[in-house]
Amino acid sequence: MSLRIVVTVKYVPDATGDRHFADDLTVDRDDVDGLLSELDEYAVEQALQISENSDDDVEITVLTVGPEDAKDALRKALSMGADKAIHVEDDDLHGTDALGTSLVLAKAVEKAGYDLVISGMASTDGTMGVVPALLAERLGVPQVTLLSEVSVEDGTVKGRRDGDAASEQLEASLPAVVSVTDQSGEARYPSFKGIMAAKKKPVQSWDLSDLDIEAEEVGLEGAYTVVDAAAERPARTAGTIVKDEGEGGKQLAEYLASQKFI
Amino acid sequence: MAEVLVYVDHVDGAVRKPTLELLTLARRVGEPVAVALGNGAADTAAALAEHGAVKVLTHEAAEYADYLVVPKVDALQAAVEAVSPAAVLVPSSAEGKEIAARLALRIGSGIITDAIDLEAGDEGPVATQSVFAASFTTKSRVSKGTPVITVKPNSAAVEAAPAAGAVEALSVSFSAQATGTKVTARTPRESTGRPELTEAAIVVSGGRGVNGAENFAIIEALADSLGAAVGASRAAVDAGWYPHTNQVGQTGKSVSPQLYIASGISGAIQHRAGMQTSKTIVAINKDAEAPIFELVDYGVVGDLFDVVPALTEEIKSRKG
Ligand SMILES: Cc1cc2nc3c(=O)[nH]c(=O)nc-3n(C[C@H](O)[C@H](O)[C@H](O)COP(=O)(O)OP(=O)(O)OC[C@H]3O[C@@H](n4cnc5c(N)ncnc54)[C@H](O)[C@@H]3O)c2cc1C
Ligand SMILES: Nc1ncnc2c1ncn2[C@@H]1O[C@H](COP(=O)(O)O)[C@@H](O)[C@H]1O
Repeated sequence: MSLRIVVTVKYVPDATGDRHFADDLTVDRDDVDGLLSELDEYAVEQALQISENSDDDVEITVLTVGPEDAKDALRKALSMGADKAIHVEDDDLHGTDALGTSLVLAKAVEKAGYDLVISGMASTDGTMGVVPALLAERLGVPQVTLLSEVSVEDGTVKGRRDGDAASEQLEASLPAVVSVTDQSGEARYPSFKGIMAAKKKPVQSWDLSDLDIEAEEVGLEGAYTVVDAAAERPARTAGTIVKDEGEGGKQLAEYLASQKFI
Repeated sequence: MAEVLVYVDHVDGAVRKPTLELLTLARRVGEPVAVALGNGAADTAAALAEHGAVKVLTHEAAEYADYLVVPKVDALQAAVEAVSPAAVLVPSSAEGKEIAARLALRIGSGIITDAIDLEAGDEGPVATQSVFAASFTTKSRVSKGTPVITVKPNSAAVEAAPAAGAVEALSVSFSAQATGTKVTARTPRESTGRPELTEAAIVVSGGRGVNGAENFAIIEALADSLGAAVGASRAAVDAGWYPHTNQVGQTGKSVSPQLYIASGISGAIQHRAGMQTSKTIVAINKDAEAPIFELVDYGVVGDLFDVVPALTEEIKSRKG
């Protein structure tokens, strides 16, 4: 038996950088360094663990939709241990929203061939957390999302989803789309050997025509939403800072009372 | 006036507060028609009518509890087809966002997630969002199809606005996908008796500085003196000191209370992402250089093991 896993990874602006918007109100990807979204490292990690715990022949493909630099994200995932990579890149993709991204990912996943798709819980820039559900809807396969624990056995994926009201055990047959949270287990660091090996692993590039997608279906033009304005949040006015010299608790209580919290 | 669908988040008929807030926002855009699904659906009607629902569409079936997400999408889609609403509003929980996204795709509409405010506009509802760890505020709208918008808790005040709230049975036929992901077991979260983190007016959080699970008792004592919810940073959660359900931040809950008190939390960008929109922010940290102090209205540089218990005592004595 063989198991084909596709891990969807996003290349995002570093959250600790000074993120902002470009003139067309899309995320500015030029001024801030990018990286593999940390939350997608957990997806790569779970794919690797499924592979290590399996008697089957497991092949892990990492897939990204993004600009030229997004190759860095693929390299990182390859150096963690994924087998090969697919980069969907096209100028017409600029400004694509979640619906459009899910279309491109769905077509690419189908073209690549898959038994299991593993995504992160959310991208660290858009933070919508909807692409995995959209992908499952488009592919017409079960959605087994937001798992803090996942395992695959005999063509079935099982996992634990910790929701607001309850913790649930889930189960579905493959093929399926899974997403994992940052509670699923720390992602490994690439080893030196892994980094060297990654340089030789294949990275395929596809554009929209390879996926039979028309330019109008994606990008700013194809987007289903418009951002009309973006404004930097006004800096908070500098607050009062006191040093505790034995009275800190009392002073704070005084402040809270003055603000009517007590 | 056009109708606006509001997806009801409830537990066995008890409507959760974010849904009542949605009704406030829905009334700005049209006439709220609520959709309540699953066990106890009809029991939601009184609370929904009280807050402005002109109609409550209900459907009970075992599928809603036995399978993940898709049965609810099928039902909401049936409601959209029955009502032809001007917009669909869904509470921004993890599940709410997934339901909303799949619905939007099916009905050929755009989706906006995590709105913090909503106004009527010439070209449909305008949503305010807070992005990049709350350092920017954007105004967006859906440009194709029926706007599907998920709204964060604490985005509007709950207002009484009595309406008919007539209960009508929704007719739903489940899709082939509905039974794809089975829920084989469910362990309800135990109630702590404290307010819900995302709904609380006051949140008291502890971080790595709390230094141990047993020490969270002093954070809880402060919370209880104020009737507050308890939050934790990821460092405290990862250390196993407090449950993940209480994590505040990018990969935890995002909170927007009237008052946020951070103790022993440095204020990393991912933590800020979940609390930066709080109205008043207070921090206690022994490091005067901690980034959390850039956000505070009032900060105390000191040892939380001295300051927090003293604060709790003072609050208790003032409250008598
Ligand atoms: C993808 C991603 C997602 C993340 N998501 C989240 C998230 O959702 N939520 C989150 O919180 N973090 C998140 N993080 C982690 C985040 O980057 C920080 O590591 C984390 O917030 C640090 O927690 P902390 O402030 O408690 O710990 P630290 O940064 O170690 O700070 C502890 C603070 O306590 C102070 N202190 C120590 N002892 C005392 C004392 N006795 N009295 C007073 N003060 C004391 C110290 O001065 C210090 O400032 C995420 C990171 C990544 C990469
Ligand atoms: N451009 C992209 N390329 C590849 N994967 C993506 C992309 N955008 C989103 N994803 C995947 O979808 C998950 C959720 O993203 P989002 O819905 O944007 O928060 C991410 O963790 C990724 O696994």
